[in-house]
Amino acid sequence: MLGTSILLALREIRRHILRSILTTLGIIIGVAAVVTMVTLGNGVTASVQEEISSLGASNFIVFPVRTDRGTIRPFDEADVRAVGQQIAGVQIAAGQVSANATAFYNGQDWDTRIQGVTNAFLEAQSVKIAEGRPFTRDEEESGKNVCMLGLKVREAIFPPDTSPLGARMRLGNVSCEVIGMIAERGQGGNGADDDDAVYLPLKNVQRRFRGNENLDFFVIKYDPAYAAATVQDALVDLLRERRLLQDGAPNDFNVIDTAQVNQALGAATGALTAMVAVIASISLLVGGIGIMNIMLVSVTERTREIGIRLAIGALAREVRLQFLTEAVVLCALGGLVGVALGFGASLGLAAAIDVPFVFDPVINVVSFLFAASMGIVFGYYPASRASKLDPIDALRHE
Amino acid sequence: MTGEPLIELQGITKTFGTGAAAFQALKGVDFTIARGEFVAVMGPSGSGKSTTMNILGCLDVPTGGIFRFRGFEVQKLDRDQRSLLRRRYLGFVFQGFNLLARTTALENVELPLLYRGEKKSVRRAAAMHALDQVGLVPWAEHTPAELSGGQQQRVAIARALVTQPDVLLADEPTGNLDSERSVEIMQLLQRLNGEGITILMVTHEEEMASYAGTIVRFRDGLVEKIERKALAAVGDPA
Repeated sequence: MLGTSILLALREIRRHILRSILTTLGIIIGVAAVVTMVTLGNGVTASVQEEISSLGASNFIVFPVRTDRGTIRPFDEADVRAVGQQIAGVQIAAGQVSANATAFYNGQDWDTRIQGVTNAFLEAQSVKIAEGRPFTRDEEESGKNVCMLGLKVREAIFPPDTSPLGARMRLGNVSCEVIGMIAERGQGGNGADDDDAVYLPLKNVQRRFRGNENLDFFVIKYDPAYAAATVQDALVDLLRERRLLQDGAPNDFNVIDTAQVNQALGAATGALTAMVAVIASISLLVGGIGIMNIMLVSVTERTREIGIRLAIGALAREVRLQFLTEAVVLCALGGLVGVALGFGASLGLAAAIDVPFVFDPVINVVSFLFAASMGIVFGYYPASRASKLDPIDALRHE
Repeated sequence: MTGEPLIELQGITKTFGTGAAAFQALKGVDFTIARGEFVAVMGPSGSGKSTTMNILGCLDVPTGGIFRFRGFEVQKLDRDQRSLLRRRYLGFVFQGFNLLARTTALENVELPLLYRGEKKSVRRAAAMHALDQVGLVPWAEHTPAELSGGQQQRVAIARALVTQPDVLLADEPTGNLDSERSVEIMQLLQRLNGEGITILMVTHEEEMASYAGTIVRFRDGLVEKIERKALAAVGDPA
């Protein structure tokens, strides 16, 4: 009987194809909106998480801040060494400086950013070397003229068909040998493009580009077995002591816990996704009311048909099942179209706003089932009205 | 089989509305119909013939009296039980044809079998057989809009026949047709009656009633007169 009902329902929908499409438009848009928004929300969350994890999951970033008197006291290698040696749980402490420079190779030039780093720094930031090798101990300690290229710098000045490894390029007036290629990193935490960068030994950049031994900031990677708060407290105490800050004086530096940033960003995107999902659900509800409206119209319009069916022996529950099935099939078809549309829209939009497309089967299935169940909720009243018609009155209906 | 009443009405009354607005449409109707009869029900409007037909078609229940059909006391049955009686033993033909629009003749004829839960192949075969009985096989794939009035009524008759019912109820079956088509339909009904089916027909045209073996005349909610032709026995299969 159910199979027959579905068949009849499909036949009925086909008979009023335009009306069916218009009726389900609300459902289609609602489902598509829910699927798209949740999928994009997942994509944004994923890209934020990827970005954060590129900073390291259990990392601190420490940088000096301007004091009330308007001065900045930078950190140096001695601070980094002290943190690495004296605080329990710290696995890596490594500093970084950067400078702007123009890269030249074979007549091509490209304005880019130079990052002075160590192997330890790259490790703490989970930076991978795609080709070539890391710095040697000697290159790091004496600040040799060797460099690793970010993806965009390579694309900008090196021909695509040859490997830059071993080539000599010029940065400003410093000549250096390319020893490695950095794997794609994406947008950095501070908004800079970490792919548009050339990586040199820290000491080299300090000496040749900055002319001092200061650091812009340093990162700390700690053992996740240690509580973040304990490590952070010890870190702050040590740095205050080294900077001779008196009790009550504010910190002249800042410590950012990337795990916390991660959580905060996750919570923010989650809240946004939930809000949009609620709005989309309201449009689904409106769509459902549209279904109920059109089903009521349909029952009135087909009163005679219902009369015929009752006269030839249809039971009340069979008539009810028929109209209920029609509503559910209509909604389910709308849901299916909506899911497909949402899939396409989120695929396109993810590419447009440059977030990864994260397919979530749960939201697709749930949206579809929700749409189908709207058919039951909003189809029941019209269907039960149809089933209660008196056959004699229904047959007389004009 | 002859003489055993298929349908028996005893003191049937029907009142519409209550209190001061109450209207008694039937005031005690008695008659019996044997298997294989062709009965025409006649009478002026308001005489109670349509109300009687609705009761005979198990679409309505009497206010009082006893209506026996195949041994069932129909006035005691509920709505769904009466639906099942219609499904198994009754076929309906209406004045306005009442076919499903935008649905082919074949699908229209199949409809009652759908409610019987028959398989598609069985439905198809039975529907084609019924269409054959009314001479419309070449029109099986046409929708009502593509058929003439007479053809539509023949599709409706095929739909009523497809379940091989005991009784065919026809409410003014020629009311919407010209005289030539009307004669065709009446001849078809007469032929089907000859093949054994009991027919109850409401009409207000003497000419159409003359095809029936029995004429029941109504007036003011009562049976005025029952005329049985000797011919009626001819259609009886026995």
